[in-house]
Amino acid sequence: MTDTVENARATPAMRQPHAALGLTDEEYERIASHLGRRPTESELAIYSVMWSEHCSYKSSRKYLRQFGEKAPPSAALLAGIGQNAGVVDIGQGYAVTFKIESHNHPSYVEPFQGAATGVGGIVRDILAMGARPVAILDSLRFGPADAPDTRRVLPGVVAGISFYGNCLGLPNIGGELVFDPCYSGNPLVNALCVGVMRHSDLKLAKAKGPGNRVVLFGSPTGPDGIGGASVLASASFGAGSESAKRPNVQVGDPFMEKLLIECCLELYAEGVVVAIGDLGAAGIACATTELAAAGGTGMAVTLDHVPLRDRGLGPAAILMSESQERMMAIAEPASLPRFMEICAKWDVPATVIGEVTSTGTLDITWQGVKVAELPPQTAAEGPLYDRPARRPASQDKLRLDLPHLPAAPGGDQLRADLLALTGSPAAAAKNWVTEQYDRYVRGNTVLAMPHDAGVLRIDEESFLGIAIATDGNGRYCLLDPYAGTQLALSEAYRNVAVTGAVPLAVTNCLNFGSPEDPAVMWQFAESVRGLADACQALGVPVTGGNVSFYNQTGTQAIHPTPVVGVLGVLADVRRRLPSGFAAPGETIMLLGNTRAEFGGSLWTFFCQGHLGGLPPEADLPGEQRLASVLAGSAEAGLLSSAHDLSDGGLAIALAESCLSGNAGCSVVLPGEAFTMLFSESAARAIVSVRTGAESRFADLCADRGVPAVVLGTTGGDELDVSGQFTVPLSELRAVHERTLPELFD
Amino acid sequence: MARKIGIITFPGSLDDADAARAVRLAGGTPVPLWHADRDLRGVSAVILPGGFSYGDYLRCGAIAAHSPLMAELIPAARAGLPVLGICNGFQILCEAHLLPGALTRNERLRFINREVTIKIENCGTPWTLNLAENEEVTLVLKSGEGAYVADAATIKALESAGRVVARYAGGAPNGSLDSIAGIANEAGNVVGLMPHPEHAVEALTGAGTGGRGFFESIMTAVFTA
Repeated sequence: MTDTVENARATPAMRQPHAALGLTDEEYERIASHLGRRPTESELAIYSVMWSEHCSYKSSRKYLRQFGEKAPPSAALLAGIGQNAGVVDIGQGYAVTFKIESHNHPSYVEPFQGAATGVGGIVRDILAMGARPVAILDSLRFGPADAPDTRRVLPGVVAGISFYGNCLGLPNIGGELVFDPCYSGNPLVNALCVGVMRHSDLKLAKAKGPGNRVVLFGSPTGPDGIGGASVLASASFGAGSESAKRPNVQVGDPFMEKLLIECCLELYAEGVVVAIGDLGAAGIACATTELAAAGGTGMAVTLDHVPLRDRGLGPAAILMSESQERMMAIAEPASLPRFMEICAKWDVPATVIGEVTSTGTLDITWQGVKVAELPPQTAAEGPLYDRPARRPASQDKLRLDLPHLPAAPGGDQLRADLLALTGSPAAAAKNWVTEQYDRYVRGNTVLAMPHDAGVLRIDEESFLGIAIATDGNGRYCLLDPYAGTQLALSEAYRNVAVTGAVPLAVTNCLNFGSPEDPAVMWQFAESVRGLADACQALGVPVTGGNVSFYNQTGTQAIHPTPVVGVLGVLADVRRRLPSGFAAPGETIMLLGNTRAEFGGSLWTFFCQGHLGGLPPEADLPGEQRLASVLAGSAEAGLLSSAHDLSDGGLAIALAESCLSGNAGCSVVLPGEAFTMLFSESAARAIVSVRTGAESRFADLCADRGVPAVVLGTTGGDELDVSGQFTVPLSELRAVHERTLPELFD
Repeated sequence: MARKIGIITFPGSLDDADAARAVRLAGGTPVPLWHADRDLRGVSAVILPGGFSYGDYLRCGAIAAHSPLMAELIPAARAGLPVLGICNGFQILCEAHLLPGALTRNERLRFINREVTIKIENCGTPWTLNLAENEEVTLVLKSGEGAYVADAATIKALESAGRVVARYAGGAPNGSLDSIAGIANEAGNVVGLMPHPEHAVEALTGAGTGGRGFFESIMTAVFTA
């Protein structure tokens, strides 16, 4: 029998399964006090999904406020946190919206569909802002490359992203691929989407205007991922739990999503949409409460009108279903016929399921009875927790456990280490993955992998464009979550800067263990504080993001892994700098200071299996100065390539610039060889200077206070480190390219 | 007269904007054609662009081949209208029986996106007029089902009549029979090509400019007669 509002009033003492839905006793009491009675079954479903960690950010909101409080003044920000995604002004009337989101837990359970629907979800977020999605990036982290489970998860995840993104016609222009034992059983699948619109097209998710219709359009609703967000993403994996969760993962239909994209863009262009929201985690429950709460209005919805794939679904299941490829729009009655006509043109089923009211409550009926009547704000906002956070005692031991560095290794050893790192899964060529992604579609991709950032042309006449990169380093963050997060931002900022772009704004995906563990909560607090402080120092605001907790198996959490995305603007993409050496006979220069910094480095991790000490020092003023030199010299046409130094230091950067440009180089190390080659000091890059521009470039570096030293010259078919070793490019390439095919073919 | 080249958009077409750009760069006027209309809008040639028409459901190109506009296009193509199918467009032309054979899953069963060099073997079609025999051009291959297959008699007929328009230089990366990258119908006006010439028309954003020749050819073929 259907549990109605009337019935809930009449049976106050009826026991309800709130604990099984992930609600604590205290939360259940709070719901009852909001309603003045016990919740109905449908209301309990709504609150349970809306108050899940995934939807409510109940453990993280306390900290995330800093992104707003410490935000640097920025004229570029058109919409910020709280919307589906932040919106940034890039000039000439264009606005760009971008956001990164996790789909970690579903991708472990069912790699292909988990990753595919992760792409689908973030694309709908961008679409809901009024923008045309124009590109995606993916940040992937797995257990050891040779672990059997990685062989199960990685090919499926890559195929899922390839399937969904390619079928949508979105170029995949970058991302990361990282392997570390800490991600065994907890892979991280973070997908970023970028969209473009005219300023005037910005849509905000607010249901306004009583009498306006609520339209549900896209795929029909089925029993997909019911409780997925609350149950799956808000609980740790433990022994024996996997099989029970398997049916919860949603199945993606990128064809319907492609139709939704074109349909929505035509609806926007025709001006028939008052407000729009996407249906992601928590489905109709989330879309109705959030649209109504943001509009400060009420809403009346009749669930019988929701097109179903499975007639057996009851009201609670319809509300919680996470069936993919659905959107909810508010439309004026007068524009409804045109709205429906456009949906029909694109073969997108659309149904009016209710209307905006002035009651201030969300009223839901099913089969003639009222199954929910609640103030939408109470569901949309959720509780706020101040969970215990405590720096773990083990942190000191970790920091004192310094790497053991070799005493003056000879050239042969340095050569062997260079080749080992070049072929290590972390630094090896990623073609096995990136060749499965369409990078050319839409015809505006200027740079994609293996370059440091993806670069897109936005305007075909003016050549205005954007650059975007994502970075994160769990090892640095384990050693020091505050500095490690600043280093993640620094690297993404630098990766955008080396293309010649000016960094503008930041998005983030904060992947952590259980917030119920005080040590994890401490990592999270330090990480957010580090990111907010660094964004302030670099003058780039956070425009939005996502938190993924419970990335742990048993009591073993992943390394704290904030993944940071940075968006930059290029006034003319024809001036962008590639990462590979472009022409022979050019001077190679090293920018920035190199100190002996090996804590958390790729060399100690891969060559010694060691993780301890302190990460490199974050040098935010240094990053800013470096970015200013790179943007200035790109604009003035002084450089033909630039490449950032990060994992594996100068050694890997030189190898990558040689391989990417298919040109050799001869360098003289300006210091102790081992440190110069493998240290991971921040705020550094290598550049090749156009012949004739050497003195102008040196002057620019001096003017902006960026240390610059001549390393050598491009050309030949070897990587030659004077007095130390020589590696033929053919050998370097073979080592670089064979690793992933050997592991995954 | 306007140099009108039609580009069909099916639900799920993706490279229609790219094909339109390529036509513009060659000096033509791209005319969007909608799959549900029964109107070729007086164009002088038609391009079926890449993508996943109808989500590739049933088989790649199978549903698109039965769309209302194809009912207009098929007789027009049989009567000599120049038609180029790229990638998914090639698949649709095979499903519509304007070209023989079929395109099946890549050898390694994975999507492949990479630059490929093809060798032009037939420059007698309206889409390859401006290219030279044995000329090598670099285009973009991006497909999951790009391996060309046909029965032995069909392959023999294609080979003996010189209807293999282009072959992958240095071997097919996807398992195509005889390294076939593109074929023509008997009359030569209908061409299917698996790699994408429209992704090689600008050095800034594509695989060089080797794809321009296909679009310049059609301008020569239909507007200088």
